[in-house]
Amino acid sequence: MSFFAFLVRRAIHSIFVLLGLSVVIFVISRIMPGDPARMAVGARAPQWVVDNLREQMHLDEPLYAQYYYWLRDALHGDFGISLVTRRPVADDIKEFFPATFELALLAGFINGAGGIFLGTVSARHKDKWIDNIVRVISYLGVVTPSFVFAILFLLLFGMALKWMPTMGRLSPVVSRPPTITGLITIDSLLTGNLTAFLDALWHLILPALALAMGGLAQEARITRSTMSDNLTKDYIASERALGIPEKAIMRKFLLKPSLIPTVSILGLDFAATLSSAFLVELIFNWPGISRYGINAMLRKDLNAIAAVILILGVVFIVVNILVDIVVTQLDPRIRLAPGRGE
Amino acid sequence: MENLGRNWYKFSRNPMSIVGLCTVSLVVFLAVFAPLVAPYPQHASAFVDFANASLAPGWRYPFGTDVMGRDILSRVFFGFRFSLTMGVVVLTLVVPPGVTLGLIAGYNQGTWLDTVIMRITDIFLAVPPLILALAICSVLTPNLFNAMLAVSLMWWPWYTRLVYGLASTLRNEFFVNSAEALGASKFHIIFREILPNCISPIFTKMSLDMGWVILIGSSLSFVGLGVQPPKPGLGTMVSDGARYLPDQWWISVFPALAIVVVVLGFNLLGDGLRDMFAAEEV
Repeated sequence: MSFFAFLVRRAIHSIFVLLGLSVVIFVISRIMPGDPARMAVGARAPQWVVDNLREQMHLDEPLYAQYYYWLRDALHGDFGISLVTRRPVADDIKEFFPATFELALLAGFINGAGGIFLGTVSARHKDKWIDNIVRVISYLGVVTPSFVFAILFLLLFGMALKWMPTMGRLSPVVSRPPTITGLITIDSLLTGNLTAFLDALWHLILPALALAMGGLAQEARITRSTMSDNLTKDYIASERALGIPEKAIMRKFLLKPSLIPTVSILGLDFAATLSSAFLVELIFNWPGISRYGINAMLRKDLNAIAAVILILGVVFIVVNILVDIVVTQLDPRIRLAPGRGE
Repeated sequence: MENLGRNWYKFSRNPMSIVGLCTVSLVVFLAVFAPLVAPYPQHASAFVDFANASLAPGWRYPFGTDVMGRDILSRVFFGFRFSLTMGVVVLTLVVPPGVTLGLIAGYNQGTWLDTVIMRITDIFLAVPPLILALAICSVLTPNLFNAMLAVSLMWWPWYTRLVYGLASTLRNEFFVNSAEALGASKFHIIFREILPNCISPIFTKMSLDMGWVILIGSSLSFVGLGVQPPKPGLGTMVSDGARYLPDQWWISVFPALAIVVVVLGFNLLGDGLRDMFAAEEV
């Protein structure tokens, strides 16, 4: 199967999954007991307002028709009005999504880079004390919920040692750079505002670290095990016999094949990162889409809930397509293999 | 039964498996006998003792007290109850349908049945489970029961995926072919021939999943969509205490560590089981 055919297959599969997901989300947003129109306008609104809204939301029509209207609007970027902010949900998402994206991006980077680094160190010094330390750390990292990391980091680095800021994206004294991408670090670099860049980065580190810990530990474990497996293979032995220095073997021949499982897991771990963001953003008071989503959930703001889940689903699927592309670049065998691509 | 000794030997070769087994046993013991072993069982629900509020850990209250004057240690013991209930109920609800669907899809690999089941599985695996569970919890009334329901709805596809992989290779084995040749029914082949050969991976995954389900459950409680106060859910306690950081750190830190201990215990146990079963196949 050619690379292009692989991509097309993957894209078709993703569209199918997204459609299915939209059905699931639609069903969730309709299983709630009670009248969505009444919930939207509140208990004291007159009946005619409710009736108008019912008509507007197509609530009198059969479910499949409601789904059709909902999906059509969603595809046009119209997710309705948020009950909490009283603004179009799409505007809210535009405002809050970049904050989460920035956070998840840095977390993903820490996750991948840190995991591969620790895993490599561990594999190189297998069964030495440094390997054992890395293994214990990665085990603890895997089993500790992100919100526990967040609270411990907040307590230790933010409150006890006072090294790091504990709230929000910028210090109150630093003025926010004009919004270009919505990512404050990028925007401040684009406008040449170094103070804002450093301040924004400084604010990012603790929450990003709390988000990344679980995945980082996972990556370290996987990298270690594939690397130490590959180390026993014949081709490494023959390179050693040729007198190639250990470091060069590591870098040139061992790293690339050993990264394939790590990169695949990186995509799946992004799920963990996105879910953990729901908890970590709450703790660090991070004005992102997850905190917005939680507030929507706590107040049963259906339009906002549906939009947040759909957006995060799309992000997750796109990231996994990207990961698949990277993996096929690393390992040509996968491109040629028939089957589901799993 | 003579395998028991050998299996125990394989399991116990790694001391961490023993640590896991002991941790899990201890947690189960504390949860089951919480009313007897907790120093202040009456502190498990709404209880107020302002004279002893916000006490730092000490002799009388090893984990300190919260702002209502309730003993954190006792509440953690009762919190284990919610966590274990969550794990057991979710897995009981999830494993039978998940495994059955995986067996059916795997045995009928390549047919429309396979396609339908596995595509639906893909949809549920396409979103991080916590996010959909949060959404389901939020549209229902937030409480422990609905949290268990929501997590269950999200969890079955993992078992379907796991068993699907196993069943689709097992169906080409000789013992399946010979059962087919003898005219055995599909039901017999799927549940009597294939299923017994999937038991050890399922069992291992269940042990690991106990930890993950507890983790997700405590996350739901943490954001306020799981166990509701004044009930002592571990996640609920962490989020209650987070308001009083850093001065009264013990209110949230001890329940948080309790979550880590439970999840760690089940993970070590699961790894031990995996080692035991893996060695069996060699």
